[in-house]
Order: sequence, then C-alpha cells, then structure tokens
Amino acid sequence: MPRNLLEVKSLRVLYKVHRGDVKAVDNVDLSVREGEILGVVGESGSGKSTLALAILRLLPRTARIADGHIYYRGEVDLASSPENKLKEVRWKEISLIPQAALNALNPTLKIVDHFLETARAHGVHDRKWVIERASKLLSLLRLEPDRVLKSYPHELSGGMKQRVLIALAMLLEPTMLILDEPTTALDVLTQRFILDLLKDLHAKTKITMMFITHDIAVIADIADRMAVMYAGKVMEVGDVYTVFKEPKHPYSIALMKSIPSLTGSVEEMRSIPGTLPDLVNPPPGCRFWPRCPHAMDICKKEEPPVVELKPGHLVSCWLHARR
Amino acid sequence: MSSEPPLMEVRNLRVYYPVRKGMFGGVAYVKAVDGVDLVLNKGDIFTLVGESGCGKTTLGKTIVGLVKPTSGEILYKGKNVLKLNKREYLEYRRNVQIIHQDPFSSLNPTKTVFQTLSFPLKRWGIARSRRDLIEKVSELLSLVGLKPPEDFLFKYPHQLSGGQRQRVVVARAISVNPELIMADEPITMIDVSLRIGILDLLLDLQKRFNTAYLFITHDFGAARYFAAKGGGLIAVMYLGKIVEIGPAEDVIHDPLHPYTKVLMSAVPVPDPELSRKKKLLKLKSLDIPSPMNPPPGCRFNTRCPFSKPKCEKEEPPLVEVRKKHWAACWLYTS
Repeated sequence: MPRNLLEVKSLRVLYKVHRGDVKAVDNVDLSVREGEILGVVGESGSGKSTLALAILRLLPRTARIADGHIYYRGEVDLASSPENKLKEVRWKEISLIPQAALNALNPTLKIVDHFLETARAHGVHDRKWVIERASKLLSLLRLEPDRVLKSYPHELSGGMKQRVLIALAMLLEPTMLILDEPTTALDVLTQRFILDLLKDLHAKTKITMMFITHDIAVIADIADRMAVMYAGKVMEVGDVYTVFKEPKHPYSIALMKSIPSLTGSVEEMRSIPGTLPDLVNPPPGCRFWPRCPHAMDICKKEEPPVVELKPGHLVSCWLHARR
Repeated sequence: MSSEPPLMEVRNLRVYYPVRKGMFGGVAYVKAVDGVDLVLNKGDIFTLVGESGCGKTTLGKTIVGLVKPTSGEILYKGKNVLKLNKREYLEYRRNVQIIHQDPFSSLNPTKTVFQTLSFPLKRWGIARSRRDLIEKVSELLSLVGLKPPEDFLFKYPHQLSGGQRQRVVVARAISVNPELIMADEPITMIDVSLRIGILDLLLDLQKRFNTAYLFITHDFGAARYFAAKGGGLIAVMYLGKIVEIGPAEDVIHDPLHPYTKVLMSAVPVPDPELSRKKKLLKLKSLDIPSPMNPPPGCRFNTRCPFSKPKCEKEEPPLVEVRKKHWAACWLYTS
C-alpha cells in the first residue's frame, strides 16, 4: 500500500463569531496517500474548504487550530510548525488552488509576471528556469505558452485562467496539489476539458491531489478515494467504487439520492429533510441525527466511533458500530 | 380543444444588446436572443437549458417584461404585451411572477418576512386587515414548508438560511396566484441536499394551482428532474437559438442535436464506472464563437463533430424529428 503523504489527526478548527465558536472542523482524521487523487465532498459549511486552508495554515485571522496534528511525510507537524518552516512547505511541497481563484490573478500583470513573482516570493530568481518551467507546464495543460505568457488575465477565458492557475500552483514542483472547487465556475464543456486534463496530468506526473467539491458526480469521475464531510466531520471514507456502490453512512446514502443527476430514476431522488445544524451549538452525539432516518437514542447522546467495515472503508456511525 | 389563445406565446423574438466598438467605431450588437418561438399553456413546464452566454436569461427576462425585445412578439393570452392597456398590463404583471437566482439579494434586508409577504397581498387587495394579512401570510408560509409559520413571520432575511430565504421568495411569487412563474436558476445558490426540496415545492404548486413554469438553468440534472417530474419539455439553447426541444427524458437520454449530444457525453454522473466509461464526443473547437458575430449557417458548425458543407451556408430549421421532439440540424432534414 502506498504510504501516507499527509495525515490529519483529530483536527479541530474554530472560527470566532460573536455568539461563540463555529466548530468548522471538529475532530477530523484523514490521510492522503502518496500519488492518489483524494476527493473530499461536502455541502457548504461541511468544513471542506476550512480543512484545506488549515493544512497550509492559511486560515483567516478569526480562525484557529484548537487541537490536532497535520503530519506531512510523517515528520513535520504543519499544525504547530513555525511560519518559516511553513514557507518551505507552501508551494514547494503542497500548493493550494483556492476556491474562486479565477479572480485571483492580478489584472495589471501579464501571466509571465505571475510566474516570475511567485518564484521570487519563494526565493527562486532564475528567470530563464522559471520561464522554461512555466512553458512546459502550460503546454502540458494544452495552452500555447508564448501567447499565454504574454497575455493579461482579461484576455483569457475562464477555462484558460483555471489552467494558468494549475500551472502556477505546480511551478515549484510540489508533491501535492489541493484543488478547492476547481471546476465549479466553469461551463459543462470546459469542466469536462479540465477534468480530463487533470486526469492526464496525474497519469503523467503522479502528483498527489486533494480535490474538494460539492459535486459528487465530479468525485465519481476523477477520484481514487473519497471522504464525505458533513457539519465539520468526516462521515465516510473509502475507495470511490466502494462508496458509490455501497455507501454505508446514512448521510452518504441520502446525499447520493438528493442529487438531480442524468442517471437513475427521478422518482427515487429526494432531498434530505431538515437543514444543516448550527455549528456554534451543534447537536450532541452524531451531527446528522436530526436529519437521519435511522437515528437511535445513542446517536443523540454520544458521538459515533469510526468503524472500519472493510480495509480502508471507514464509517462514523452507530448503525455499524456494534456488529 | 378550445380555441383559447395560449397563456404565453413568443414569435420570432430577437433581443440585441448594443455594444460600442472602440472609441470611434460604430455600434455592434450582441445577439443574445436571435429568433425564438415558443408557446406556454396553463400548467406547462418549459425548461430552458444552456451554457453561460447562450441567451437563456435574456429570453426569460424578455418574456416577463424586464427586457424590451428588439423585434418579434410576446403575446400574453393572445395580446401583444407591449400594447396592453394599463389594466391589462397590471393583470399581466400580476399573473407572471419571477423567482431570481440569489435568495440573498432578492429580499429586502430591512423587512421582516411578514412585511415582505404582506406587501403584494395589500397591493392586490387579497387581504387588508392585519388579522387577515397574518392569516394569509401564515398560510403561504405553511404552503412553502416554513412551519410553524409563527417561527418565521417576524424574522429578517439574515436570520434565515439560504433554503429558507428561497422559500420566502417562492411564497412571495405565489402570493398573488400567478399563472406563470419564471424561475431563473432558483436552486443554484441552495445547499445540495435541499435543492430537490425547492423543486418539489414548485412542482407541488403546479399540481395544486396549475401554475405554469419557465424554468431556466445551466444544470442538466436539475432541468431533467423538473421537466420529467412535471411532465414538461426541455429546450436547449445555443448562441441565442433553441436547437432542440423535446420531452425531458428523450432529450437527456436520446438527444438529437449534436450540441446536446456533446453536452450529454461531457456531464459527469454520480457513478464512477459509468462516468469514466462515457465516451466524450470531441468538438472541432472548444471556443464558443462571439454572439456579436455568430457563424453563418448553423451556429454550431464551427464546433460540430458532424458538420457538412451545407451547415456552413444554410441555417437549419427546427423540425419535428420524432414525436414532440424537435431539432434544428441538417442531419435530420434534407
């Protein structure tokens, strides 16, 4: 089995608001294996973006890591590393493409300057190397390097900008990419193109990816393994084929039924009753019990343990706990 | 059956937006809607799908009177909406309601749910006294699933979740018993697990009150769900034109137009085996031509994997290829 590149252990991230603390990520355990594409799926407020920001310690000021560890290569704990250590990890080891990054390009800078500035900020001053590396990456992403490098962001389409951001994230040869909703703002055909490009890129470079999205169909299309998050917790983790074929957590099952998709019978699709819990005062026990069709007494009192049903298939649910 | 005119009819509608070209240049036009015909009867569901920039929102806004057409006719119960007298115009505005995409900006943040919902009731004389208003607003809130209504009456929008706000927007739209609701991406900003709930709510109103819908979305899954469950049609738009119309499941599972075929082959589905097995129909080009200068002939010819020389010259008409299933493509006509 490939070794774990990243191990998140009992991570808790809180956001301060006037009513108290929003428990955005609460006691999360999750590992990313070297060379895999791990899909993280969840609705808004599930904590998936917070998790990504916490890994690189890029959380906003109102947030803090209250507890837990983030081990990179089994040695460095990113959760407690000093800022200068983190600088060596960001971009060189792990790169993040944040959500809505299409607007993150500076409109007054040519694309080539984005590459040069990024390199300079990380102590790389070899102009020739940067341009060569950028050109290589851009062609790998099927863009014409000469034309694109000379362009300003507004001269590029959404799909082109997204590819420039992927190339930019890969500039300093990181081992891992974290992509937060990279295809959400794109049209169907551009989304397909980017997904196929990422698969191709992964096949060629074996770069490890953590792919975050609310769209479960995108996970089915691209990921090797997946984690389902809900209200700050990981509910289920497993190989995508297993989780899609035999989802075991009531939330995963309900989520899959709630997507109006092109396949399956429309008669079987239904929304999940109720609403997302308030994360300042989350319900005691399992966070899903108020909406769960199988909720038992114990679910309302105690947090469910993580149960390994099959090697690598983990579920956090009382239904599967005592058998 | 009867010879009553349709609820809403659109004939050869064109909407061009002027754009200035350069400092001294003349004016060019973005052809957002370029020759669209459609008919909607009471209780009909018409779902308009397409990628961004195809003109679907402009078409919707024009039909409900928010955008002036450049040419063509919009008939409400057989009468041209631009030539209605004042009384008829008010009736049209009351009977055609709108649900916008963003439930965060379509409610006044300084008004309670009760104030927001009682305004149209007072405006149209449906309820007047405070007691009647509270009763009627409570009824509306229960109808859209905000129960018990007392918990919601005096809340402000910021105290509600996105799904709850969109339910208030739906309640406002149905408060005046409209005959047609234009819903433009009503679930895009709603949490995934609650989306079907909003669609079911709209479908329930269709069943109870025979409300017709013009439903606009970029999401083919949502379009399929809404049209299939409501027994309606899906129309696919590309560069200002409708290229295919048909019953929901026929368009999704057995599309006729090459553009629809390409789209269907590209949408990921929530099944790893199926999604990876899907064979993508390759486009000749990924670039969408400018709507200012659409290609001559069939607008899709620059990207179509099946294009023939004829497609570059002549525009294909929308023809009925199968029962109730229409496509504008030279593959099906000679």
